[in-house]
Amino acid sequence: MSTPYAKLPGWVEYGLVPLVNLAVAFLVAGLVVLLVGENPLEAAYHLINGAFGRGEYIGFTLYYATTFIFTGLAVAVAFHAGLFNIGGEGQAYVGGIGVALACLWLDKVMPWYVVFPLAILGSVFFGALWAFLPGWLQAKRGSHIVITTIMFNFIASSLMVYLLTRVLKPLGSMAPQTRTFAEGGQLPKLDWLLSIFGLDVGTAPFNISFLLALAAAFGVWVLIWRTRLGYEMRTMGHSPSAARYAGIRESRITVITMMISGGLAGMMALNPIMGEQFRMQLDFVQGAGFVGIAVALMGRSHPGGIIPAAILFGVLYQGGAEIAFEMPSISRDMIVIIQGLVILFAGALENMFRPAITRAFAMRGQRAAAVVQAKGA
Amino acid sequence: MDDIAIELRGIDKSFGLVHANKDINLKVRKGTIHGIIGENGAGKSTLMSILYGFYQADRGEILVCGKQVSIRDPNTAISVGIGMVHQHFMLVENFTVLENVMLGAEDSQILNKGINKARQELKRLEKEYALEVNPDALIEELPVGLQQRVEILKALYRRADILILDEPTGVLTPAEADHLFRILGQLKAQGKTIILITHKLREIMAITDEVSVMRRGEMVATRTTRETTVEELAELMVGRRVLLRVQKGEAKPGDVKLAVQGLTVKDSRGVTMVDDVSFEVRAGEIVGIAGVAGNGQSELLEAIAGIRRATSGTVLLNGRSVDVTGHRDPAELRARGLAHVPEDRHHVGLVLKFEESENAILGYHNDPRYLNGVFLDIDAIRKDAEEKIAKYDIRPPNARLKTANFSGGNQQKIVLAREMERGPDVLIIGQPTRGVDVGAIEFIHKRIIEMRDQGKAVLLVSVELDEIRSLSDRILVMFAGRVVGERSPEASEGELGLLMAGVEGRKEAAG
Repeated sequence: MSTPYAKLPGWVEYGLVPLVNLAVAFLVAGLVVLLVGENPLEAAYHLINGAFGRGEYIGFTLYYATTFIFTGLAVAVAFHAGLFNIGGEGQAYVGGIGVALACLWLDKVMPWYVVFPLAILGSVFFGALWAFLPGWLQAKRGSHIVITTIMFNFIASSLMVYLLTRVLKPLGSMAPQTRTFAEGGQLPKLDWLLSIFGLDVGTAPFNISFLLALAAAFGVWVLIWRTRLGYEMRTMGHSPSAARYAGIRESRITVITMMISGGLAGMMALNPIMGEQFRMQLDFVQGAGFVGIAVALMGRSHPGGIIPAAILFGVLYQGGAEIAFEMPSISRDMIVIIQGLVILFAGALENMFRPAITRAFAMRGQRAAAVVQAKGA
Repeated sequence: MDDIAIELRGIDKSFGLVHANKDINLKVRKGTIHGIIGENGAGKSTLMSILYGFYQADRGEILVCGKQVSIRDPNTAISVGIGMVHQHFMLVENFTVLENVMLGAEDSQILNKGINKARQELKRLEKEYALEVNPDALIEELPVGLQQRVEILKALYRRADILILDEPTGVLTPAEADHLFRILGQLKAQGKTIILITHKLREIMAITDEVSVMRRGEMVATRTTRETTVEELAELMVGRRVLLRVQKGEAKPGDVKLAVQGLTVKDSRGVTMVDDVSFEVRAGEIVGIAGVAGNGQSELLEAIAGIRRATSGTVLLNGRSVDVTGHRDPAELRARGLAHVPEDRHHVGLVLKFEESENAILGYHNDPRYLNGVFLDIDAIRKDAEEKIAKYDIRPPNARLKTANFSGGNQQKIVLAREMERGPDVLIIGQPTRGVDVGAIEFIHKRIIEMRDQGKAVLLVSVELDEIRSLSDRILVMFAGRVVGERSPEASEGELGLLMAGVEGRKEAAG
């Protein structure tokens, strides 16, 4: 049989199955907490409370989610064309150059709404540039993109150390970072959005790039499912031989897809640089590029899935920090373990419970059909 | 009962919502050749996989020689005397025959003892069943027919009394198939029981004693072969009367639409796959290319369609040359009036994960008809797909369904509708009915004849000799990359078979 399992209703496929996987991930995580000798329920409380307990906490959760939406979309776009872009980390890092340049140039003379569009363009340009090279190497020389994008992460890291210690660092400063931007380089917070719900954003850096992330998610949906380019990308992703048959040029799609992917990863830099720190620091990406892989996996490379998956990882980041703070015997590494379990069950083992769920629905379907038949007779 | 080798009682198996086997009962008598016939997706392979332990039945019993057994995996199947010859051989290509035969049955950690024993045993089997094959030959150097013989030897070496053969003649020349049938006769004479799975009615009639017909997961009938007819079996398979012969009038060939001269194709290792092939196809005729699979037909089609680079030679499409050796662009060829139904619809002709409507524009997605600037015009695409679905009777009639959920015949119709409805000047078709049910075959053949009668030039490649003979106006036979002869469709099967085996061809080429 080519399709051993029949199609499930949409809400089961995209709702129930991920929820079951998530529940199991948390159960196992609970066991780990138990092993350490702590109360898992208490940990769960701190996780949820730390992520949603106050307006400020929610602000932090959504701030992290914003970052993960960008990197998740970047990975997803490449997935659709059958490319595994592991270089989101480096592309986001280099994308920061574009943001920083726009801010350093105009922050003192222009308001944020003039600087922001330029910073977006800059981040997309530098992120895309960093993804263009691996894409081009794959298309023209056959160098595998997984290998090259990983290597480009390291190159990006060294490049940024050089830039932040030699070129972009203000004279007389010891810290490897740019100067702090003036008002024009600072994005407004979305306090008004939270206050609609009667929440106070407090010190959380929840800013307008969240809206940009949502717009990017919609843009990705349009690109993938509603444009000719997206059609060609999906054809290549599902079946390179069918793409060749259809006259779709693999090298062209590879390069373009990687540039779009890199551009999306680059936009991630807007959130921490213009939204939180108001300067570019060393290592500001902090692994978000890799989390994007998990987010894309969990969100099934669909923007509608990536947004909730990104929020989930936002919860894990923000709530996890709370756990580490409130329960000293649970270290920061425990949080990484919990995140790992979520990735394991939601990504790698996502088909573990599917057969059972499918069977349950098959039985229900048969019973329903029997009822219909009985009524008909 | 003593003379029953295998009995299945109430075997039932579902995969999710797909009910592959419904309450199957089957008795296979000892020392007979029992055919199991049915369309693709009728559940034959599932049933045999249950018998060989690849799947577990949800319900039902299996009895071997009257004893109930539970077959959990292929090892248990072997231990109760069931052997299987797979459609796609399970051989290690760079091992010798001997090594392959003893693989998994080495007896001890030290190979030497096992090797000596296996060698003796092989000799005995060879003598007993007339299955000659050099035990020290490498598998990759053996022709397909001999590789299959090794598969049979493997099963016999494991003392199988019951042999299951899954579509064994798919890759064989007619002569090799005849040889296989003689071997099967020999095995039967020695008391072995053989289950033959096939969709070819002719084979059933030629060698089986009894035949069971499956349709949509059910066992619909068992007949004694002598007392049934091809027509009855076809009707049982499809569930309605089918026309087995294609009806067509005289061809009225017009201008040359496709001219191939000296086309040579080498694969990535530099092996010549197509060797200096020349021919012409005129408007209003069907030229069939016969040959055993793997003799360069696939590469020839791909080179003409612009998917594979040719090493040398020229192709003229509508009198204008096609750059087959340099920059090839399938999209440009389409625009110039070439339509291509590829051999492999699963990987080339379709994207199985796409909606039907998305596949209905594959390759034509640059047509402004389907576009709104850079955006896809989803409404236009779906409307177009629905028209084709209606015209080609594609079922279920749902343009939004995933292509993987259509049956083989309906998938093929999706490809045909896409390529034929463009009104191309030249249509090249590879394996138009591979894995397609009998009912759809009839429809597809009719459409191909219609294309010819509308004045299209049709180039047809098929490994089904019957299909080539009944559709073509001229037949070219390919062997080892060369066109070794041209015959009229009236040529006898034996004559074509010899050409396909390269026997006549060599003489002709020499003389």
